[in-house]
Amino acid sequence: MTIQLMQGNEAIAMGAIAAGCRFYAGYPITPSTEVAEVMSRVLPKVGGKFIQMEDEIASMAAIIGGRVGGLKSMTATSGPGFSLMQENIGYAAMAEIPCVVVNVQRLGPSTGQPTAASQGDVMQARWGTHGDHQIIVLCPISVAQSFDLTVKAFNLSEKYRTPVILLTDEIIGHMREPIELPDFDIVEKFERLVTDTPDNYKAYRNDRGDVPALAGFGLGYRYHITGLFHDEVGFPTQRLDEIDPWLERVSRKIETADDILLYQTDYEAGARTAILSYGASARTARHATKQMRAKGEKVSLFTTQTLWPFPEKAVEELADSVDKIVVPEMNLGQLALEVERVVGRKKVVRVNRANGDMITPNMVLEAAEA
Amino acid sequence: MSEHILSVHDLDVGEGQIPREDWFEASSTLHNLRKNKKFPTIWCAGCGLGVIMGSLIRAIESLGLKNDQVALVAGIGCTARMPVYMDYNTMHTTHGRALAFATGLKIARSDMKVIAIMGDGDALAIGGNHFIHAARRNIGITALVVNNSTYGMTGGQYSPTTPEGMRATTAPYGNVEPPFPVCDLAAAAGATFVARSTAYHPLELDKHLSEAISNEGFSLVEAVSYCHTTYGRINKLGSAADMMRMLKDNSISKSAYEKLGEDERETNTKIVRGVLYRKKRPEYTKTYDSLVERKHEEEVKLRNTGRR
Amino acid sequence: MEKRTEIRLAGEGGQGMILAGIILAEAAAIYDGKQATQTQSYGPEARGGASRSEVVISDVEIDHPEVLSADVVVALSQEAYQKFAKTVHSGGLLIVDEDHVAVRADFAGVKVPIARIAQEATGKPITANTVALGVLVGMTGMVSKEALEKAVIARAPKGTEEMNRKALAAGFAAAGGRKAAA
Repeated sequence: MTIQLMQGNEAIAMGAIAAGCRFYAGYPITPSTEVAEVMSRVLPKVGGKFIQMEDEIASMAAIIGGRVGGLKSMTATSGPGFSLMQENIGYAAMAEIPCVVVNVQRLGPSTGQPTAASQGDVMQARWGTHGDHQIIVLCPISVAQSFDLTVKAFNLSEKYRTPVILLTDEIIGHMREPIELPDFDIVEKFERLVTDTPDNYKAYRNDRGDVPALAGFGLGYRYHITGLFHDEVGFPTQRLDEIDPWLERVSRKIETADDILLYQTDYEAGARTAILSYGASARTARHATKQMRAKGEKVSLFTTQTLWPFPEKAVEELADSVDKIVVPEMNLGQLALEVERVVGRKKVVRVNRANGDMITPNMVLEAAEA
Repeated sequence: MSEHILSVHDLDVGEGQIPREDWFEASSTLHNLRKNKKFPTIWCAGCGLGVIMGSLIRAIESLGLKNDQVALVAGIGCTARMPVYMDYNTMHTTHGRALAFATGLKIARSDMKVIAIMGDGDALAIGGNHFIHAARRNIGITALVVNNSTYGMTGGQYSPTTPEGMRATTAPYGNVEPPFPVCDLAAAAGATFVARSTAYHPLELDKHLSEAISNEGFSLVEAVSYCHTTYGRINKLGSAADMMRMLKDNSISKSAYEKLGEDERETNTKIVRGVLYRKKRPEYTKTYDSLVERKHEEEVKLRNTGRR
Repeated sequence: MEKRTEIRLAGEGGQGMILAGIILAEAAAIYDGKQATQTQSYGPEARGGASRSEVVISDVEIDHPEVLSADVVVALSQEAYQKFAKTVHSGGLLIVDEDHVAVRADFAGVKVPIARIAQEATGKPITANTVALGVLVGMTGMVSKEALEKAVIARAPKGTEEMNRKALAAGFAAAGGRKAAA
């Protein structure tokens, strides 16, 4: 194993290959394009396939089609493209097709500033498609974590048969850092095998655990997939006695799983202030935390990689130990809304910047010390 | 509504129609319908979609394909409900996107026969971009576009194939937009097999569809149909049987069309039925798969010689 | 607190300053076993205009990955000088290409004819970025000379290794007695 200097976006592509991704469909968009470029180069070498589609709607559709054909699939994009993908992200949630969608966030709304960083798509990642649904959203804070969380994203998407969003940002995506890639053969890969025979296979069965296996097309399991509400074999239904169990199952499968919730706590005994952050801003938060501690001030740090489902219980526990939680994020206040929702009457101080520049350690310090 | 069906059966047996004595055999191919699916279909009695579905099944059967080898991918609309009734690998996707889903599936399983089933609004309005790019790539997908000149499921709004002057719920004073010539569009964009027939001519559709599915590259079959429930009612075109008869009266075979004089051809307003375009061009997944094979081999060689 | 060194390399788009930043970070992270991050400005600047590359080097894990207050700024062009000279902190080091930058009266940095040295050493002005790295590392020792040379050679296109070695040596020589703590 050797140390290499690599961009976050390149590490995502490597993570995908390591996780067994063998199909990529995408449309070029700054600042995510390096993911596509690396995938187009590497996939054929490992027997995988790459296509540049006509737009992001088609890219999202194609990766769902690819997964139904049996290949683990991914796309990558940024704000404007992520908006276009929402339609079929909803389809993947409804039809329970595993896939990974990378959004390298840039400044928005609209075309915004393609080369400037942002964390403005936190709520879009959760609620971007219409209708109620659960979704898994992971957010790396470094190049090494871009690799690790991409692998994790694939494994969670397969395990829970759901689209997983890897929500990174321009800073982490374009930044170069040293990384030591593991041997891809020993990277843990989740595979769910179909154990039913074609005669008793039900792609959406509600009676045996929360995640039925997805059979690839062309293997003898001739079933139906639809974006309509459907019964256990996938046929459209309007019957409440068929819709309700489905709704309950697909909500539960993500809500109750605790292996989805990834976060680090760095609590200091006696601290009355905590800083909670994610993505590039978490690097700034860690910087500010160390500066405060060097000055002898007590502060706790909470860094979350899982944005959705929101790690509610852990944040509640954090809130119990402090009086104030500072939430730095490169937007006008998005994850702070969620923190405010769960911490009751504890004070939440937002530190926001939405002009493309990183939040500085001083901005966090001032808010924490105020 | 049942008199509509009866009057369809009373039509003269004409060119492209299934002869009366073969009706039983033709319907027997319907064992490829799903046993576990509730019927009847969602389609209005008298709709042309049932006829076209029969043609599709017969075309697949005639090629001796196993049901497991065939995938049907549909968008949204009345036409797009077709796959759910049929015993293949079936996928009902989002509006306009059938070809994009089908592209991913075909890339993953280039050995399968992938058929995208769309209506005119689905394929050419919201899905127009995917349509031209699938044709451009010449990817091995058969696009079956059922053209009834309207958005039937939402109640009869004008579509990209509604003729000028015709009425729709969103064109109450007559449509002012010119329609897409679907087959010309596909040929210009790069399709390698383009054919057209109508719901009145199922035998022709059988033939066109089986040729389309055997074509290695991107194929388009335009099946001209009608919607008596919305478009027909709004434009006072009569019953399903009347509209079925119009398909017969207002269409002309390609061979008959070619016998017309130049002036007659120029003034022709009838739908021309037949294989309109054929071309040989490399198919996308074949080309890409050979690239993958080449690169993969190089990589394995590098690894074996210890240079990786 | 960690010992953290922040470097900003700026020049005209196309002068290879982004690559210089990558090489410096690789020298630190791959060959000297330190921590490093490299970031850069993208956009229209990639084709002409002032382009910059930022490197942070540290013995411990790097938190905030961008330059907060530069310890060293290298400016190869007038525009780069005007935009970034003020970002170096008061005790820091500012290196400019004396042939291409007209400095202000209160200039307290170091003037080196970087492009001219490149032309003389290799006959190729394009090696100015390698010369700049030689000057920078020769003066500050922020990474070892050996590490820098390894990093330069690893990135050099086939057939240009010798040329880059010459450029680097010329940069080290130009740094000469000029030592600065960074």
